[in-house]
Amino acid sequence: MTAASFDTGGKRNWQTAVLLMPSTLWFLVMLVLPLIVVVIFSFGERSPVGGYGAGFTFEQYGNLLARLKAFQNTMTYAPLGTVVSLLVAYPLAYYLAVKVDRRWRLLLLVLVIVPFWTSLLIRTYAWIFILGGRGIPTLLEFVGIEELRLINTPFAVLVGIVYGYLPLMVFPIFVSLERLDKQLLEASSDLGSSPLRTFWQVTLPLSMPGVATGCMLVFILLMGEFLIPAFLGGGKVFFIGNAMVDLFLQSRNWPFGSAVAVTLVIIMLITVSLYMRFVMGGRSGRDASIM
Amino acid sequence: MVKKHRENAPISARKFMEELRRYEKGSVSRRHFLGVTGLGTAMAVLGSAMPGLVPGRAHAADDLGDKLVFSTWPNYFNPANIEAFTKATGVHVQVNIFGSNEEMLAKLQAGGTGWDVFVPTNYTISNYVALDLIQKLDLARLPNFDQKTQDPLFADPATVNGQVYAVPKNWGTTGFVVNTKKIKGDPKSHKDFFKVTMGEGSGHTIVHDYQLTTIGAALCALGHSFNSIDKKELADAEKLLIKSKPHLFAITSDYQPGMRNGDAWMSICWTGDGAQLHKDLPEMSYVVANDGGEIWSDFYCIPKEAPHMKAAYAFINYLMEPAVQAKEFESHGYATSDSRVSALLPASTASDPILFPAKELMNGLEFGAAQTLTDPTRAEVMARFKSA
Repeated sequence: MTAASFDTGGKRNWQTAVLLMPSTLWFLVMLVLPLIVVVIFSFGERSPVGGYGAGFTFEQYGNLLARLKAFQNTMTYAPLGTVVSLLVAYPLAYYLAVKVDRRWRLLLLVLVIVPFWTSLLIRTYAWIFILGGRGIPTLLEFVGIEELRLINTPFAVLVGIVYGYLPLMVFPIFVSLERLDKQLLEASSDLGSSPLRTFWQVTLPLSMPGVATGCMLVFILLMGEFLIPAFLGGGKVFFIGNAMVDLFLQSRNWPFGSAVAVTLVIIMLITVSLYMRFVMGGRSGRDASIM
Repeated sequence: MVKKHRENAPISARKFMEELRRYEKGSVSRRHFLGVTGLGTAMAVLGSAMPGLVPGRAHAADDLGDKLVFSTWPNYFNPANIEAFTKATGVHVQVNIFGSNEEMLAKLQAGGTGWDVFVPTNYTISNYVALDLIQKLDLARLPNFDQKTQDPLFADPATVNGQVYAVPKNWGTTGFVVNTKKIKGDPKSHKDFFKVTMGEGSGHTIVHDYQLTTIGAALCALGHSFNSIDKKELADAEKLLIKSKPHLFAITSDYQPGMRNGDAWMSICWTGDGAQLHKDLPEMSYVVANDGGEIWSDFYCIPKEAPHMKAAYAFINYLMEPAVQAKEFESHGYATSDSRVSALLPASTASDPILFPAKELMNGLEFGAAQTLTDPTRAEVMARFKSA
């Protein structure tokens, strides 16, 4: 958009304002206002019967270390879950975008989406039985692996994360690989590159926008995750999302819960802006020249 | 006669296709097509067989509306009773499941729950009244409820300042369930419970995701009151819980799946779950601890903001009918404090040791105290234990 398009008179401005109104209102009511409420709450006190009591204190922020373990868990498993999802999703997306026969592609894509039609809650509950004592561990006993515990371990949580978030990673990568100009691959091969080298020097760099988008989507959502650790971690692999659910629903300490939420938002803003600067931003010039 | 019979006969395949073509071409109306092919009737029959498919089947006569939201605990109602209620009244019941009174309180405090009937435990009712969150009940609208047939030991918490705010649902105890095939130590007390947890049962014990029973169990194991809000005693309980955490299988109030599939060998447990597990798996033994624990009664209440008040009264009144209560018992196994119901149950019920523990064990149990629900230290101890 150039400066000129803003100067085409009052009518255009008026139209723009009307068209932007719904989304502006939405953002104000659903995002900005709640965020302001949370910030105000975070300086309050827990009322004697629970909930929010008016006040101005830094006590809640001073108490943050009591949830250190939960912060650590989230800061460990969110990046780890993102990386494992990426490692599983990339080959799949590559296969779907580059290798598979066109006739089958749509069907396979639909198969990736189909699980989304069922609630994550129900699908995660199913994993309780798959990973539970009568599930995979029983099968493993046949091959001589005894007394293996899968459910309620960090491993189970990681499996749940990769399972739940895989489509979010597959699709952005698929899109960027699908748009990839096949002539570039031929050119690379004509110039004497091995397939592996072509992949490293042409395919992978060109799919990076998709990888970066997928990672960001998965990472941001994982930072607030609470359902998967609650179900597959048995309350023992405790994320900061679980700590917040607890503070709002069980101990009804809304101010402390709000302080944890505000802290999480700040951590996320810092992490994501660093990520954009060093991972996405570092390449933006090259992307632009390719497009 | 013959002609009429023919009219009702199923349409032939050829005739069906002809009618379909006509409908496609627009030469007959949709109504004609549905009528002549019998598809309309089929849909109507299917629809009435599945009440969920028929929106808004309101009953004009008593005008109960068509919907009711009911919040209760896991494994704690008979689905057949709810279906029968829907059939009789046209009111569809949406059931929400909760694992703790705290969570119910939090939802009501936040407002906008949409609940019409919910199931709080004895010690919470005075809190709800103080916070003005529940309705005073108009007993004239609950003719099936009879105060005189209720055991006052369990029914009394429903009355606050001389007003009735709730009607009794069921009562029970909180002890623990042991898989005796796996655990040989024969734990009898909460002290034993934690010893086994950190010993032969390591990795296979469940505690509730519920501060009252989990902290209560730890307090009893240390020789304190189940209801203690003493800071020093709670600090000791926290230490015990955190020390046992690496040995736990899970922290959850939904412990039946874990116990049933053999992952968990021991769990803090409510009477009815103990009875349900024991019925299916005889090796599951329910223990009322000899160093204390909880005795409780649950109630039906109507929140202040209930959107379907008439349906709520009708639902509670229906559930108070002795025959319906007996069916509830058959399904979930929790005892009732209504003497009319006891008469309907098999004679063996009265001597069931799970439902009615020995007197000396019962004497050691405590009702939850009102202040444990809102005590900030207990709340924070539980939250720290979980996030440790």
